[in-house]
This record gives sequence, structure tokens and C-alpha cells, in this order.
Amino acid sequence: MAIAWIRDVDEAFRRARESGKAVLADFSAAPT
Amino acid sequence: MIRFVEQHFVPLKIHVREQPQLFERFGARWTPTQLILDESGEEHYRIEGFLPKDDLLAKLEMGLGKLAFERQRFDDAQRTFHDVEMQHPASGAAPEALYWEGVAAYKSSNDAARLQDTARHLSQRYPESEWTRRASVWAKPASRVASR
Repeated sequence: MAIAWIRDVDEAFRRARESGKAVLADFSAAPT
Repeated sequence: MIRFVEQHFVPLKIHVREQPQLFERFGARWTPTQLILDESGEEHYRIEGFLPKDDLLAKLEMGLGKLAFERQRFDDAQRTFHDVEMQHPASGAAPEALYWEGVAAYKSSNDAARLQDTARHLSQRYPESEWTRRASVWAKPASRVASR
């Protein structure tokens, strides 16, 4: 099982507003 | 780790090759960098460089504490910082958490003795830490601390 990362920044903030959670933004250079 | 992240955060992945403009927008200059942001995009905590799992977990929880602190939810912040130190005593975040726990306690109570207690606990538990040196100024008469 892995973290279900969101790739769309606007979607992430929309979900944050809906859920009351903070956004954890992971800036990465690792192969995807 | 997965459970903690999903319980407390909306996880957003930004890859340097796919979205370099977001690196610029958020001032990310190195990878990995993790930012804890509120729903409006305001940054509350920054983690730069690789960390082993336990250290990273402690830092993520630190970030939740800082978010609560900056929203002046000092009791929540104090509890979160306390939890970081209790759950991750060997992590680099532990003395940082103890420092901010003391600040949150002071903000909540306006009692400068809380800062003095924190300075003493830091010097006992983490004598080599930078956070202990930062707190060393508190180990002075309460009236001087309170006037700051």
C-alpha cells in the first residue's frame, strides 16, 4: 500500500478546504 | 507513515520535471522538500533534504504543531509538540518540539516560568542541541523574559 499522492495542486487545495486537513506538498526529483 | 499522512494531510506530489513552475512558486530549491501548507496555500513548516522514516514522521507532526501554533491554537499546539517529543525522543525534531511546547505553554498561560522550565528541561535532555542554546536566554529572571 502506498500514499495516494495527488498531482493536481488545485485539486489538493480543494480537498484541503473540504476536509480541513493541511496539504503535505512533496517536491521530488525521484523517478515516477 | 502512510496512515499518519492520510489521516492528517492531503498529499500532493510535485515532480521537478513535470511542474517546475510549482517549485518556483513555493520556493523549493532542493529535493526532497516537504511543505506543510494550509488550505489557502500558506506555508507553515518546511522540511528540506532526506530524513529517515522516524525523523520524517516527527517533522511532519512538528508541522502540524506549527500550523496550530500559528493559528493561535496554543493548547492544541502544546499537545502536538509534546507528542512529538514523547513519540520520537531520538529524532532531531525532539528538542525543537520541546522548545515550541514551551513557547506554546507560555503563549497559552502568559507565565514566563514555563519558558524557564523549558530551558531547564532542554539543557537536561538535549544539552548539545541548538534549541537548548536558543532557550538559554530564558534561564533568566522571569521579569526579563516577560518583558520581551
